[in-house]
Formats: sequence, C-alpha cells, structure tokens
Amino acid sequence: MKPSKIMIHHYLLNAVRRMGINALDVCAGFGRASWFLVQSLTWGKGFKAPFSRLVFQVYQQGVLSLPIILVAGLFVGMVLALQGYHILVGYGSQEAVGQMVALSILREFGPVVSALLFAGRAGSALTAEIGLMKTTEQLSAMEIMGVDPLKRIMAPRLWGGIICLPLLNLMFCVLGIYGGALVAVDMLGIYEGSYWANMQGSVEFYDDIVKGVIKSLVFALVVTWIAIFHGWNAHPTSQGISTATTATVVQASLAILALDFVLTAVMLGGF
Amino acid sequence: MTSKRLEISVGAFVIAGILSLVVLAFNASGLSFARDDQSYFLYARFENLSGLSERAKVSLSGVTIGRVVSIELDTEDYVAVVKMAIDKNVPLTTDTSASILTAGLLGEKYIGLSVGADEETLMNADEIADTQSSIVLEELIGQFLFSRSE
Repeated sequence: MKPSKIMIHHYLLNAVRRMGINALDVCAGFGRASWFLVQSLTWGKGFKAPFSRLVFQVYQQGVLSLPIILVAGLFVGMVLALQGYHILVGYGSQEAVGQMVALSILREFGPVVSALLFAGRAGSALTAEIGLMKTTEQLSAMEIMGVDPLKRIMAPRLWGGIICLPLLNLMFCVLGIYGGALVAVDMLGIYEGSYWANMQGSVEFYDDIVKGVIKSLVFALVVTWIAIFHGWNAHPTSQGISTATTATVVQASLAILALDFVLTAVMLGGF
Repeated sequence: MTSKRLEISVGAFVIAGILSLVVLAFNASGLSFARDDQSYFLYARFENLSGLSERAKVSLSGVTIGRVVSIELDTEDYVAVVKMAIDKNVPLTTDTSASILTAGLLGEKYIGLSVGADEETLMNADEIADTQSSIVLEELIGQFLFSRSE
C-alpha cells in the first residue's frame, strides 16, 4: 500500500482506540464515583462530633444560600404572575393566574431553579473547598493519621446538602407564590379571593407539593454527590481545582435538567 | 461565628423550612382541617358526566357547599354514580335537583343544586333523585343541525 494510505489507516485506528479508552475512562469514573458515594453516605462511630460537623455544613450550605434563594424565589414568582396575567387576559381567564403561578412554581420552577442556584453557589464552594484540601495535602494527612476522610469530610457535606436543598426549595416556593400574589393582587388588580381560592382548588398536597419535594431530594443527592466527587477527584493544582469547579457546575446543571425531565415523565405517568 | 450563634441560625433555618411546608400545605393546596364529621354524603346518578372530575365543587345558588368525593360507574344500569360531601349545616330537601354545569364558557364542570319545596330533608347516604346530565357540545350541535334540516 502507498505510505499515505498506511498513515490514514493508523490515524483511524488510533481514533477508534482513543474512543475506546475514553469510554472506559468514563466508565471507570462512574465506578469510582459510585463507590465514593456509598462510602460517603455513612459515617463512623460517635454522634456528637459528627453531628456538630453536620450542623456546620447545614449552616454553610443552607443558611448562607438563603439570600440568593429567597431573592430568586421572589422575583421568579413576580415575573410568572406578570407574564401569566398577560397571557391569560387574552382568554379572559386572568383569575386563574393564582393556580398558574402556584402549579408552575411547586412542580417545576421551585425544585429546578433552587437546585441550579444551589449547584452554582454551594456546589462550587464544596468542590473548591475539598479540592483545596486535597491540594494542601490535608486529605492525605488524615489518611496517614488513620482518619477516613470520606467519613469525616464528605459524609457531613453530603448529608448537609440532602437536608438543605429540600428546605431551600420549600422557602423558594413560598416566596414565589407570595411574590406572585403581590404582583397579581396589588399591581394587576386580581381579586385576592380568586387568586387564593383558584389556587387551593387546583393544587393537591400529595400530587404537587410532595412531588416537588421528592424532586428536590433527588436533585440534592445528585448535586452534592457531583460536587464532592469532583473536589475529591480534582488534580491537586490550581488549574485542577478550577477545572473541577466548572465541571461541577456544568455537570450538576445538566444532570438537574435531565433528571427533571425523567422525574416529571415518571410522575405524570403515561410515558 | 461562635458555635452557639451557628447552632441557632441552623435551627432557625430548619424551622423556617418546615414552616414553609406547613404554609404551602394550608395556603396553597386544598388541604384543610375539614374532618368527616363536618359533612354528610349524598349520591347522585348521572347519564353523562362529561368532564366532571373528583374534587369538583358542589354549589347551591352559587355558594360552594361541598365537593365531589368519588365517581364510580354502576355496571348494572350503566350510569355514573357521584358521591358528594355536603356541609352539615346545609339541609337539602328531598326534591332537590342536581345538574352538571359549566363555570364560564369553557371552564370547569361543577354540580349545581337547587332545592325544592318538600318538607323532608335528605339524610346521610341518601340519593338525589332529580338529576340532569351535563350538556355535551357535540350533541347540542347535532340537535341544532337536525332541527335545521327539517
């Protein structure tokens, strides 16, 4: 064969080899991440010290995320009411703006937007913190001392995220619905009774509120898992930490949106 | 931040979260403290429900006095049996009539009651005898077309 044909053959073969190696790497990555998750879910002996670490994590992830979640919830609710009013007024059903705002927020906007904001704020903070611990060799120092870093560092953060995000979601929803009420009743002139009565007539506790909380629980587990895994897996350099942080935010956001579709399809049934 | 202030803020955060759930449950959804002993049940049979769903309201003179609790099909007579929960403080006469009406032109279906002049009132688990099925738009158009063709 001519030399150029041999080069093309080699190039194609190398491309296929590289694809295979990448696929196996991704598989291995998932495997590492799953084993990592299982190890991080439980923590070791004792109750007082682990509990106080958990409390501190809930503070870091939950209380410090409150400003962004609350403000976002308020504005999302207000915009929904405004847009919803202008759409519904064309059909003469502007009194239904209450149920529109409530159902959209409880079912979709609440879980998804609060999870996205949580991933951006708390998730990236977690990844950066753990990545820095790895870079400054704190994690290896713990292992040398006989302390399992997964149980001491990761488990409180994982459970902190699982506890915080559903609570943040609930507060987001409350502010969204009341923000919508503010706009609809005070600014657009909807009768207050119809706003709340239409909403109460169409929002079901188990179907809408509880399912929204279930969604945010799933998102909480996935986002926190991705965040701490990327921190733990990061290259111990400054470049590595920044790559890991962006990977957390991007992957967590995509996972949230994809899982949201899957969960909605499962919950609405008939898929 | 001292450990005490930290614990207080975390506690307040968790309490606020749980409180939000309670607020949502009672203000945004239809959950209420209405217990069973505040309402009595009535049955009504309709030939065509056509869009009436569970939790639809039951109203008398425009005032909501109850809700549709369940909808079943009677396989012997092939009619729909609707079970309604009516507020205990509202007695209905035995010749009350129930019809399925639409709220607004394309709105939701609800059951409208109108009382008669009988002296006896309906008891728990009684059946409303006089019922009118909902108006199906296609049948109405069909009637109109047939009447025009004559």
